[in-house]
Amino acid sequence: MSFGSPPLQPPNRPVVKALNCPQCGAAITLRALGRSVSVVCDSCHAILDANDPHLQVLQKFEEITSSDRPLIRLGSRGKIRGAEFEVVGFQRRSLEADGIRYHWHEYVLFNPYKGFRYLTEFQGHWNDLAICKEQPIVDPRISTPLGANYLGENYEHFQTADAETEFVLGEFPWEVRVGEQARISDYIHPPRVLSKEKTGGEITWSIGEYIQGRDIWNSFRLPGDPPEAVGVYENQPSPVGANVKAIWIAFGVFALGLLVLVVGFDTTAKRQSVFQQGYEVSPGPQVGEPSFVTDTFELSGRTSNVEVTTYARVTNNWIYLNYALINQDTGQAWDFGREVSYYYGYDSDGSWSEGSQRDTVIVPTVPPGRYYLRIEPEVDALHPRIGYSVGVTRDVPVAGFYGIGFLALLIPPVLLTWRSMSFERSRWSESDHPPAPIFNTGSD
Amino acid sequence: MSRPASNCPNCGAPVLFQWSSSVQTVCTYCKSILIRTDVDLTKVGIVADLPPDSSPIQLNTEGVYRNRSFVVIGRILYEYEQGCWNEWNLVFNDGKSGWLSDAQAEYAVSFPADIPNLPAESQLQAGNQFSWNGDLYSLSVLTKAHYRGVEGELPFPYWDKSDIQFADFRTPSRKFATLDFSDAEPALYLGELVEFDDLKLKNLRQFEGWS
Repeated sequence: MSFGSPPLQPPNRPVVKALNCPQCGAAITLRALGRSVSVVCDSCHAILDANDPHLQVLQKFEEITSSDRPLIRLGSRGKIRGAEFEVVGFQRRSLEADGIRYHWHEYVLFNPYKGFRYLTEFQGHWNDLAICKEQPIVDPRISTPLGANYLGENYEHFQTADAETEFVLGEFPWEVRVGEQARISDYIHPPRVLSKEKTGGEITWSIGEYIQGRDIWNSFRLPGDPPEAVGVYENQPSPVGANVKAIWIAFGVFALGLLVLVVGFDTTAKRQSVFQQGYEVSPGPQVGEPSFVTDTFELSGRTSNVEVTTYARVTNNWIYLNYALINQDTGQAWDFGREVSYYYGYDSDGSWSEGSQRDTVIVPTVPPGRYYLRIEPEVDALHPRIGYSVGVTRDVPVAGFYGIGFLALLIPPVLLTWRSMSFERSRWSESDHPPAPIFNTGSD
Repeated sequence: MSRPASNCPNCGAPVLFQWSSSVQTVCTYCKSILIRTDVDLTKVGIVADLPPDSSPIQLNTEGVYRNRSFVVIGRILYEYEQGCWNEWNLVFNDGKSGWLSDAQAEYAVSFPADIPNLPAESQLQAGNQFSWNGDLYSLSVLTKAHYRGVEGELPFPYWDKSDIQFADFRTPSRKFATLDFSDAEPALYLGELVEFDDLKLKNLRQFEGWS
């Protein structure tokens, strides 16, 4: 739709305006003309009133006491969230926590249509912030205790500290002053941060999101590499955070699969007893070759396992059996030795026992065929008469194997959970609510 | 939409109204402020040159708000401690009128609300809460502004004001309210903060080096 005639005279086209500093005479560039409230002289660092055509001095300094170089030069342009912005202002601020003074940098970004945005940088950690359009709710009935709610999402209180402006360059949409104090409270919902800034009686809320230094370097086409991020920042997204839930779900799926396999093999296992025979070792010194072979037995069906069960009537004694499971046709042999020992007694703690009269062993992947066992018992020289029996069962279910599989499956989610927890501990250790130490290192 | 044509009583130039309900306009040639009466146009004053402006919005800027298209037909310019802000007079394609304010590139659309028993200026202080149309509004800031000038068409006569008290109210949502104490009776405007991109504005002002 169109109404009426276009304006008769072309509208004035605002451009970057050249002015001079009333303090030192240096040229002043106003990049956000009509929007900036303060502008800082590049040369003498006097803070000037950007709304005053004569750039009245708001704050001046006897000498330049502080200096800092922005990592992104004033006047640089880059795309943030799809729109181009120009860096028009820069300030260094600091706060004191536990006796240590921390410094960070803030960049004022401007677009004549979209207005102002901010970038903050602390030890290589970057955030992109804008003033909240909706008012956050600080109400313990709605959010977590001490937390805040913004657009229906809960933010946890991280830190409240008094910040001081130490150094400024360029333009600001407020009356900036070096030495200006503000009380800042940060609430986090990584990767977002909700920041409340109280200056005098005025409260400003802004909402920010963690952004990789590399993305800023690409967006503003900056040379070299961004400064390396040190430590864990308050709203830095956990590198494993979202994966922890996913990996536990995956674990659940695999564990269930494993369970189905166990149940499946258990119900389909034949448990076929193919051999059972009793023997005896006489007391006294042994005579001749002690080994002997059993009758042959048939192992049928597909290649599967064989369970050899030894039951020996040993009491406070032992017997050692050298076994060989031998295929009658191919001569293929599986050698293994089993000790059966059982001891018991009484001492000051009461009765005790050790070992068992029963022993089982699984020989895996045995092909079908006719087999026999060669058995060679070894016993103590002063042994009594020992009776023992040997049983062979074809195709038994093996739960232990699946237990190992289950434990192996547990390793990745446990490791990831541990990594996630230690990341969150590093994050919160810098907050007003540090986690309790895991290990008590105190002397008490 | 009617477009009654008249002539400026000061310079004789033709005066076109884009909106039939406009009460005031400014002659584009001689900058006379003209009030429309039943029969003719009366010159009531003259607009001083407006200060350089940074708003990307201008007369004839078109946009969309809640699926209704609008065009900017006039504005009131105010000055406060943080600079200038504009209240752009919108006329929608259904003939209704509203306002688009642009303060430090924060945009908001509002409409006059007909609510009785509005608080008096002297009663107000930050933190006061009022319930209007079912929403709870908290007074966030009291602003003393200077009237700087007008442009284009307005739905009421408005010129030559001095200091004006405004009270801005916020809610947990994007809804906001403004109490305007320009006249003896306070006027309430209810509206919401909007994203620049959502307004799909066309015929914007051009800024050198920006697109």
